[in-house]
Amino acid sequence: MDVSPLSLRSGFFLEGAQLLLAIIGAPLLAGWIGLCRALLSNRSPAGILQPWRDLLRLFRKETLLPEGTSFLFRAVPYLVFAALASSTLFIPFLGTDPPLAPVADAVVLVGLFSLARMMMAFGAMDAGTPFGDLGGRREMMVGFLAEPATLMILFTASLWSHSTSLPAIIHSLLDASDKFHPSLLFALLAFILVFLAENGRLPIDNPATHLELTMIHEAMILEYSGPLLAMMEWASQLKLILYLLIGADFFFPAGLPKVLSAGALAGGLLLLSLKLLVAGGTLAVIETLLAKLRIFRVPEFTALAYLLATMGFLIHFVLEV
Amino acid sequence: MPPPFPQHLLANHLVGFLGSALLLSSFAMLAQRRMTSLVRIFALQGILLTLSTLAVAILSSESHLLFSALFTLAFKVVLLPAILFRLLDKLHIQGEVESLVNVPSTMVLGLGIVVFSFTLAAPISELASTVSKGLIGVGLASLLLSFLMMITRRKALTQVLGFLGMENALFFSAINATYGMPMVVELGVAFDVLVGTFVFGIFFFQIRETFESLDLKHMDTTSME
Repeated sequence: MDVSPLSLRSGFFLEGAQLLLAIIGAPLLAGWIGLCRALLSNRSPAGILQPWRDLLRLFRKETLLPEGTSFLFRAVPYLVFAALASSTLFIPFLGTDPPLAPVADAVVLVGLFSLARMMMAFGAMDAGTPFGDLGGRREMMVGFLAEPATLMILFTASLWSHSTSLPAIIHSLLDASDKFHPSLLFALLAFILVFLAENGRLPIDNPATHLELTMIHEAMILEYSGPLLAMMEWASQLKLILYLLIGADFFFPAGLPKVLSAGALAGGLLLLSLKLLVAGGTLAVIETLLAKLRIFRVPEFTALAYLLATMGFLIHFVLEV
Repeated sequence: MPPPFPQHLLANHLVGFLGSALLLSSFAMLAQRRMTSLVRIFALQGILLTLSTLAVAILSSESHLLFSALFTLAFKVVLLPAILFRLLDKLHIQGEVESLVNVPSTMVLGLGIVVFSFTLAAPISELASTVSKGLIGVGLASLLLSFLMMITRRKALTQVLGFLGMENALFFSAINATYGMPMVVELGVAFDVLVGTFVFGIFFFQIRETFESLDLKHMDTTSME
């Protein structure tokens, strides 16, 4: 573990800013995606602030618990949110070296996401309704199919740095940013597929539907209401932005500030928000163009993601060593 | 070990990228369910082959490769897909590709093939002296992937597409291992493939007339009688 060059104070300023920005920015990004989708399908958009308005409205309501639920049902939204919020400390997106990043490498990060997913499935099954059960099982199936591909993407990106630590990966990619890496191109394609699967976006799950037979994410949070529902929604928006931040780190790391000065930070933040806006717009285009896959086609979808990631991994040894 | 691409950086990256895209198109053919999309991917593979031949020609300044690229464009991008589309139209084939092994399993099998051919090609690449010798493994992998497609698909037309894909991969390997074969041989092979496709076309009509289907399993049972 190398010693961070930042002083303790500026380091913790960086961590605090990362946490706050991700948590506040997540609903805004969801709003931006909703805006793009509405515009693309000729509906009048609700505005970028709509998810925030929804969250505040839900937080003002009282908490209603379904009959026969245990303490787990109540604890799950907080646990899910905490697992994802703590990940914001380990993903470098404002500067290349947040002081807490050495605590968790890429594999731990995937573990944290899995923890959040597992908790969500527990919460869904705790209420004992058929829909919650169905949603939880489906979510676990998609997760278990997508996880090998996620890990292969992380390993492909870590081939240059010979380390799974995120700052090391980003430094090695930034140093070699004038080179073109075919393997990263494959990894990027795989990442897009995994991103769609893990976040319940359109070819796998339609985030805007409550149709009984097809829903995954919505089925899981069906029993939640009020502030607990708000926590769940907020957590899934947070997960979306975290995936995009990891993607920006691996595939478009240019412009990430290495030094901690006000100018560099502002420039980096501006570039980062631009990247996120472009990524959100692209996601909206993908979702507008694609129809939902049958649930039994999901293994094929994730097999393709795994295949692409592994090809990237192999091609590194043939073309780039 | 010397770096595999010692010359201009941009063209090197281009060759590597086109090679990996070619491998990806072989996988796409393996995963494709629709017959017409299959022919389209074959045409796309032809375009990738043309571009990578051009890139190698520029990198190595071997002028005869420019003609090879031209032939590839004429035969594999224009002529053969046109014939295949006409065949699809005349035989009224629109349906899905039928496979003996399901698609995800074929993909995993294909991944194993890629690992195998990369390992096999590594010592061969050491011996070659071309600018793009790292891509020999890619050529071998797409050859075996097309072979896999011929084995696991049931309809006669998919078998022909697998055969044509194999020819593409062989051409690609030849270019990257030894800057292509002599012009006479290349021309001969190209015409052979063209004539082969014509013959296959006629053959399809005969198969369908005899068995009232293009499914090859009927041919197995008749040979037993």
